[in-house]
Amino acid sequence: MSLPAYDGSAWAALVLGILFGLALEGGGLGSPRKLTAQFTFRDFTVLKVMLTAVVTCALGLWLLRSAGIVTGGVYIPTPYYWAFLAGGALIGAGFAVGGYCPGTSTVGFAAGRLDALVFMADMVAGVGLFAGGFSWLEPFYTAAQGPERQTMDGLLGLPAWAVILAVAGMTAAVFAVGGRLERKLDGPISASDLVPVEKNDAEVRT
Amino acid sequence: MHGEPRPFWHPLAAGVLLGLVLLLTFLVTGHGLGASGFFTRLAAAVGGWLAPAASAANAYLGPYVGGASLAGWITWEILGVFLGGLIGSLWSGRFRLGVEGGRSQPTGRRLAYAFLGGILVGFGSRLARGCTSGLGLSGGAVLSVGGFLFLAGFFAAGLLVMQAMRKEWS
Repeated sequence: MSLPAYDGSAWAALVLGILFGLALEGGGLGSPRKLTAQFTFRDFTVLKVMLTAVVTCALGLWLLRSAGIVTGGVYIPTPYYWAFLAGGALIGAGFAVGGYCPGTSTVGFAAGRLDALVFMADMVAGVGLFAGGFSWLEPFYTAAQGPERQTMDGLLGLPAWAVILAVAGMTAAVFAVGGRLERKLDGPISASDLVPVEKNDAEVRT
Repeated sequence: MHGEPRPFWHPLAAGVLLGLVLLLTFLVTGHGLGASGFFTRLAAAVGGWLAPAASAANAYLGPYVGGASLAGWITWEILGVFLGGLIGSLWSGRFRLGVEGGRSQPTGRRLAYAFLGGILVGFGSRLARGCTSGLGLSGGAVLSVGGFLFLAGFFAAGLLVMQAMRKEWS
């Protein structure tokens, strides 16, 4: 058997999605208070979980490819520098304002958060807005195209393991520095921290 | 549904597990995990229903408009994400029906900000051709320049805008 299996079946998608949802919810990434606390430095869960996942998967892919178990290509996006940077910035801004990104809002809604449902409905509106202005946006959307499937190791002329090692070092630094900031700022936000908030809200609102 | 919720997982454990799920996704499908693609298809479905002619003629959404806007890998995956979030939160006692926002933030204002944020994220995800899952996480794991560029924009703008939003979330 050669890997990847290139299996696009609905069942595989459903199972992988369930595992993705369990991991996001388990890590606390369905809570907008926890998610946005990354940007106040009170809670480094977003960076810690994301970077750990990136290193784990990148290391796994590199090991499996070195061992000859993964032989086929995997999808690598071709960058459009301005659109990627600006789109990322808009998502960062929307995340700080609205409390979610697309995946985390899905998990937030699944865990009972109605603000996540509002957020999801308006992502659809945001896509519609983009589509409506597409003819005007297209030059920017396609500007500054980079090399196809450009990677950091290709750009820097380094072996892939060196880039993975650098990201792993960055991850360790985030755990060390982030942990210290969290303790100083009365974080990270725990699951039980989220409970009394709603009780207080209910008292205020009734 | 009530009582003390079980704590969230340690971020290292959550990160390793998420990384293994992402690795498994690459091994099975040849691509990573995503999310915003579903909302693009949903927008095409809604557009096809509200304004069929204009949506079908639209240069961006047109190709998705038609009988099966939602038929695709990403739709099944997002359905799974929803189920995973539901199972995980019910199992751990973390499921809470309600609105989550800053402690002193009135519900109406929280929902207005969710509304505004959703529009920005929906628009931004189409401009970037992906979101935190598809570009940040999956693009980062294959060491793509695009993934890291996206993350740089995401964190820079998030930090900046949070300066104005800090009170709302406290």
